[in-house]
Amino acid sequence: MKAKNSTNYPDRILEMYRTMSLIRAFEEIAEEAFDAGLVNGSIHQYIGEEAIGTAVCANLKRSDYILSNHRGHGHAIAKGADPEAMMKELLGREGGTSGGKGGSMHIADFSVGMLGANGVLADGLTMGVGAAQALVLREENAIVTVFVGDGTTNRGPFYEALNWAMIYKLPILFVCENNTYASSTATQTVTAGPGPVARAEAFGMPAFDVDGNDVCAVDEIARSLVEKIRNGHGPHFLHARTYRIKGHISRDKMLYRPEGETQAHLSNEPLLKCKEWLIENGVKQEEIDNIRNMAYVQIKEALEAAKKAPFPDKKLTYKDVQDLGSPYFGESS
Amino acid sequence: MTNNKMTHASAVREGLAEEMRRDPLVWALGEDLSTAHGGTSADQYRGLIDEFGEKRIVNTPISENTIMGAAVGAAVAGTRPVADLRMADFAMCAVDELVNQAAKIRYMFGGQARVPLVVRQAIGVRKGGAAQHSQSTEAWYIHTPGLVVVAPATAADAKGLIKSAIRADDPVVYMEHKDLWMAEGEVTDDPGELVEIGKATVMKPGSDLTIVSWSKMAIHSLEAAKIIEEDNISVEVINLRSLWPWDKNLVYKSVSKTGRLLVTQEAVQVAGFGAEISADVTENLNDQLKTHVRRIGAPRTPVPYAETMENEYRVTTERIIEKVKELMS
Repeated sequence: MKAKNSTNYPDRILEMYRTMSLIRAFEEIAEEAFDAGLVNGSIHQYIGEEAIGTAVCANLKRSDYILSNHRGHGHAIAKGADPEAMMKELLGREGGTSGGKGGSMHIADFSVGMLGANGVLADGLTMGVGAAQALVLREENAIVTVFVGDGTTNRGPFYEALNWAMIYKLPILFVCENNTYASSTATQTVTAGPGPVARAEAFGMPAFDVDGNDVCAVDEIARSLVEKIRNGHGPHFLHARTYRIKGHISRDKMLYRPEGETQAHLSNEPLLKCKEWLIENGVKQEEIDNIRNMAYVQIKEALEAAKKAPFPDKKLTYKDVQDLGSPYFGESS
Repeated sequence: MTNNKMTHASAVREGLAEEMRRDPLVWALGEDLSTAHGGTSADQYRGLIDEFGEKRIVNTPISENTIMGAAVGAAVAGTRPVADLRMADFAMCAVDELVNQAAKIRYMFGGQARVPLVVRQAIGVRKGGAAQHSQSTEAWYIHTPGLVVVAPATAADAKGLIKSAIRADDPVVYMEHKDLWMAEGEVTDDPGELVEIGKATVMKPGSDLTIVSWSKMAIHSLEAAKIIEEDNISVEVINLRSLWPWDKNLVYKSVSKTGRLLVTQEAVQVAGFGAEISADVTENLNDQLKTHVRRIGAPRTPVPYAETMENEYRVTTERIIEKVKELMS
């Protein structure tokens, strides 16, 4: 991993290690909660991809927007959403980020600029360019980041949105997290051409490739791209190579993977790589392990709090549909 | 304040311009908005680019997913976009963004956000439009929780409803009829005058039978009611204007008085909005009905092209008159 000539740099990376640990702990404990029958829907884990969301969001301000996808827990935590409220959302409890209305795939926290995970692939892209247009209209010096996966590069709106961002020169960063699989299909087997960078470049968009498991490398490129976008240089594209260590959803048995493939990737996973870099750069192992352990303590507490939280009143089913022509609160028609 | 005679297209353009002057966060996006055409084919946007500039009259590529999706993103990010999808037929390319995103965001995020946008999509048979340029799809969106649906029949409605739609905090599907774009009517120049969403009007009072209608069918229903008056049949014509929410109070009041209901719609009759009105009135006013409720709508076929078949498909004033006579016999 790359080193950086700044005395503060290990502190910065240590802080990112803390965020990555929180995400990892959240995903592992969410799986335990799922297996215990506490989660009403399915969960899409971000395990193995934590460095990307963490390092990109470390270069954003609270007033910047992000739009995520179905695998959105990591992006939400990295942008500053409260893991306890997120856990409550997974368990469908009062105090959840979306009040128990959305679950894992519809976590949003507008107070930190997290405009939502999404159950439909590519919709974050089209909404993201619109959010960027709103920032321009409101004359705000903020930017939008949209996280998509490799599978989404085969949807039409991906092309519409990239073209759109370029013609209006919008302040937007597209981050393609290439985790190798589109659900249970190896993306390469259904994808023509040389890949996402070339596809973005076809629109004349500056596009870059990075090892998405190297938090220092993602941090460095993200900082440079965010600065360019903030300074009015228009949209940029970042392709981050990574590997989805878990299945598409937590109960996925991964029968489609060659034997030993996941195991082979474990030596390259981002938290391990980050820990090695921190030790090489003078951070004590004890301090690193302590951060990791504290993350598990915090998320276990979040789960306990979520288990104690009440379920939402069933009458809330009728709330927040719309202002005009809304069902009567508490009635069933 | 005075009334001026103008087309629907001009009335909506004036309504949009007034709201854009009032609120700098109102803007419009769609194909051909700032070209010399100034809109699809009826000048709905002509000249607005000169007054408001290219940041607020955004001429877009042919990218329906993004026209709709960008409107959703811009709405949750604090602006009030008016997205023009030309025809309801093309809006189908963007149903995902409208139905899965615009209609759901407030609810699925637990009320954290509002989606104050308007999506314009033209409905109705246009001569020779055939299967992909003449559909009326209002029922799709009335069926979708989270959406408001309006369909003006007069130029005054067209202006008043676009203004209310822009000011609403809900996503509003604004369905204008292609054949009405060039129809003229009296329109106020008072920028403060709105048409309240959810309020219908009585176009013609009557005592024997109620016709409930909207969009261009309201015009045909009014024409039918005037003709059939010569046979001493007194028809009350209600122009709904808003389809969701719809003005149940006014419809109930009228049907309670007349005891007879005919719903006229241009859309395919099967599972159309007329079915909902008929079922609702039957469920709630059955003891006041003198005869069972009737509907008129299009057959369950695609819209044909050749004139003979197109005329067979259309709901006409003559067919409405026939149906009224059937109901009164």
